[in-house]
Amino acid sequence: MKEKLHKKKKHLAGKIITVIVCALFAFLFIMPTVLTITNSFMEQSEISSNYGKIFQNFSGGSKTYISDKVTLKFIPDKVTLSQYITALIKSPDYLFKFWNSVILVVPIVIFQVATAALAAYGFTRWRGKFRSFMFFFYVILMLMPYQVTLVPNYLVSDWLGILNTRWAIIFPGMFAPFSVFLLTKFMRRIPVSLIEAAKLDGAGEWQIFTRICLPQCRSALYSIAMLVFIDYWNMVEQPIILLPDADKQPLSVYLSTINAGEVGVAFAVATIYMIPTLLLFLHGEEYLVEGIAHQGSVKG
Amino acid sequence: MTKEKTMQKTKSANPHRRKALSAKAADKLRSVLYLTPSVVGVSLFFILPFFVVVYYSLIRSPINPEFVFLENYKNVLGNSSFQTAVNNTLKFSAMAVPLAVILSLALALMLEEKIPFKSQFRTFFLSPIMVPVASVVLIWQVLFDYNGALNEFVATFGLDKIDWLKSEYCLGVITVLYLWKNLGYNMILFMAALANVPQELLEAADVEGAPGWYKFFAIKLRYLSPTVLFVTILSMINSFKVFREIYLLTGKYPYEGLYMLQHFMNNTFASLDYQKLSAAAVLMAIFMVGLIALLFKIEDVFGKDVEG
Repeated sequence: MKEKLHKKKKHLAGKIITVIVCALFAFLFIMPTVLTITNSFMEQSEISSNYGKIFQNFSGGSKTYISDKVTLKFIPDKVTLSQYITALIKSPDYLFKFWNSVILVVPIVIFQVATAALAAYGFTRWRGKFRSFMFFFYVILMLMPYQVTLVPNYLVSDWLGILNTRWAIIFPGMFAPFSVFLLTKFMRRIPVSLIEAAKLDGAGEWQIFTRICLPQCRSALYSIAMLVFIDYWNMVEQPIILLPDADKQPLSVYLSTINAGEVGVAFAVATIYMIPTLLLFLHGEEYLVEGIAHQGSVKG
Repeated sequence: MTKEKTMQKTKSANPHRRKALSAKAADKLRSVLYLTPSVVGVSLFFILPFFVVVYYSLIRSPINPEFVFLENYKNVLGNSSFQTAVNNTLKFSAMAVPLAVILSLALALMLEEKIPFKSQFRTFFLSPIMVPVASVVLIWQVLFDYNGALNEFVATFGLDKIDWLKSEYCLGVITVLYLWKNLGYNMILFMAALANVPQELLEAADVEGAPGWYKFFAIKLRYLSPTVLFVTILSMINSFKVFREIYLLTGKYPYEGLYMLQHFMNNTFASLDYQKLSAAAVLMAIFMVGLIALLFKIEDVFGKDVEG
């Protein structure tokens, strides 16, 4: 009895420690994001006095800063939208780059998921040695880092004459094997009996695909689209190499070139850039989790 | 690629013979058609040009296509910036990947306990995946700059300031940024795998009075081994993407300790040295395939009596 009580106590202590450790991690994980967002509502003068010492080196010493201390502040002294007004109205450059991101990423997401849905159906319905080999091939390709895949991408774009146009990024993105891999894993879970039953009722392949597989995979399609969106929204490697024209580059690359005199605006732009992914995350966290969880292992 | 050819053949098979095919074969044929868009795209943008890359890596130059076999490889391997890049990248991966696997597993195990605020914790841990690197780079600058917040903190202990991104500590800092971004994703993978560990086994162990560490090593870890493999591979791939953070933080020419393979590739792209590029890409591809094969072998040895 005493021993049991002791054990219980020990267990409770363990739980409390776990909660504390989790809370600490949670704070560290959320802090940079929260700081970015709250700082975007600060006035330029407050930003200057908080971070003046860090960014002065970049601005050529044209401004003098009041404080020489760096202060991390979560809550602005005075909440203002002035940075947003500057970012959105006074300097349309940021909006242009934001739009660049949109027209690069949206077609990639749509076409990648569409081709992947077709291919995943092919991989699900058609089994055999050769299929396994091909699926394995897709997995290997999926695991290749940009340092490998960008070279062939570059060569093709060069031949097709689309280098330095948006297509140089959109085309390879449309056929990236990640979605095929993940969606195949989802589609395999559809019971074969369901498909067999549909076939007995005289459904053709296209009908089975559109009426059974796609509706069954609806949440999978959402989560894959989200993962692909988040991935490409964050792209840096591809535009640097395939789309060096600064005017066409997405905000994910351009953001870092905002110079130090505009740090306040930079926080606002950084926050604006986060909004689409933030909304996706808040709205579809469960889908995201499910999408990630289903990757499980590499084996087909 | 050979796939494409066989597909074209089957497509052009004459209608009389097609009738003769069994229903099953016809089914197969139709479902193969669904693969066509993807296979054509992948072949065109990845696989066919990769053969050209291999070809380029073996010749003197596209204008003077004389076979030089391994000369380009020798040149790349002997190139001092390539060596620096490989060295830094490997050093970083060797440090970051094991940490990413272990810490994310630890997070997953903590969230397996019956504790309050579990779902909030999960949300917080996962939240960095939705933050584009470009958006958060400002905060990293504020924290890790020579005059930044971290040094201010260090100074309160009476210690000397450290130029975090331009010293021997730089890879450590980048590791922190990498873990911040990737732990949540890995954690979800582990949580899913932990949920699949058969409860009967754990309960049986409880009845026998087995200690927690025994349950972890003897039961859970065995069932987790395919996931450990997957997370390791994924973390490795993502460790090559840490270039983003470095590039956005420090630009094209970082401190030497942060010069990664992607920097090398960028600079080689800039000088349009196809031979160097191709040889480097082929070397990387071979290395990756080798490494993945090795990891599969290891997983085979450890997890063979458990089918995940």
